[in-house]
Amino acid sequence: MINFASSILILAGLFFYLAGSIGLLRLPDLYTRLHALTKADNLGLGLLAAGLALHSQHLLTSLKLLLIWLAVLAASATSAHLIARQARRQETRR
Amino acid sequence: MNTTSLLVFDGLLLFSIVGLAWASLATTDERRSVILFMAFGLVLAVAWGRLLAPDVALAEAAIGAGLSGALLLAAARKQPRLLSPGSSKGSRHPDGANVSLVSRWAVTLLSAALAGTLAWALLHAFSSTPHDMLPRAISGNLASSGVSNPVTAVLLNFRAYDTLLELAVLLTAVLGIFALGQGTPGYQPAGPIFDGLVRWLVPVLILTAGYLLWVGAHAPGGAFQAGATLAAAGVVLRLAGRSRIGLPDGFVLRIVMAAGVGVFLLVGLTLLLLGRPFLGYPPAWAGALILLIETAAMLSIAATLLLAFVGGQPQSADVNAAANRQREEMS
Repeated sequence: MINFASSILILAGLFFYLAGSIGLLRLPDLYTRLHALTKADNLGLGLLAAGLALHSQHLLTSLKLLLIWLAVLAASATSAHLIARQARRQETRR
Repeated sequence: MNTTSLLVFDGLLLFSIVGLAWASLATTDERRSVILFMAFGLVLAVAWGRLLAPDVALAEAAIGAGLSGALLLAAARKQPRLLSPGSSKGSRHPDGANVSLVSRWAVTLLSAALAGTLAWALLHAFSSTPHDMLPRAISGNLASSGVSNPVTAVLLNFRAYDTLLELAVLLTAVLGIFALGQGTPGYQPAGPIFDGLVRWLVPVLILTAGYLLWVGAHAPGGAFQAGATLAAAGVVLRLAGRSRIGLPDGFVLRIVMAAGVGVFLLVGLTLLLLGRPFLGYPPAWAGALILLIETAAMLSIAATLLLAFVGGQPQSADVNAAANRQREEMS
């Protein structure tokens, strides 16, 4: 039962990764691509971490996975902001 | 997990490593090349993890992908973007045709010869001796090494001499960096969002470095990984435009730079005076001595990597503040 649930979570995470990657390749400009990449991948990583935590059935491992997810959330949100701001500045300068 | 799916995963991993290396070398834009190189380092770290070498994986991720990437990006920033397409100075041919065909083939042949020699040496090493001899020797002596992580036991005890010389190489490198004179001026101060990240990321990095140093005695970790993490904290501070990036000034900085080699030599020579072999720790003291040497080594490694990122002697905080003020007036 737990194995089944964790598999579902991991598969759902992979789906969001796939969606984010397709978005990165197919969307027309930098802002929408950033949106697809950071939003979808953050959710994908969250589901993946939840699935792996469930799979490990270990509190300390689960907490580590949670910590990794939070760190990636903060880093990707900040880098997306920085890239978008830089692109915006270059646009207004032109 | 069954063998087939692992085989598919390994195949994908190998394909990504070779593909990323190729892409990184083939691109004409330096920045793109560096970013591909960082991705290459991360995938390589995963490969080391698959080979059950988490120590190497950690070092590859921290130094190979992280800090080397930061160093290369900083170098690309200083370099005028000659090779990038669309730049006004596009006189040099984009795919490097200024390098003559003969020298390119010579480099290719030499690299192939080197790869062949290494592959032959590896095969030879695997076929000639029973290849579990070394691991057996290590696990047999692990109890007297003072640590329970075999990698740390080899690096800091059994082959401590090699690590001492590695630290001496780093000291030589940092002397070269110092000879370059003043480093490049810092970056402009970060906006509120990046600054908010820096505020909690830097303490976490410092804590992680301390953890890696401590855990190296019985699990993957150690001075090199900890030093790289500590240097990463300084790199983040510098990227955020802070005038102080954690490097001490003047004399203290010189002591920190030399601490790794200095403490190592001091321990070795003291043991020599006490009638033991050079760096032959008494088993009862080995754990404490290794931790002492690793702490000093971590500080030296972090200072070296950070000074490499600064690209010379760090400018004093006042100079950086003045530069920032000037920049603000200009904009």
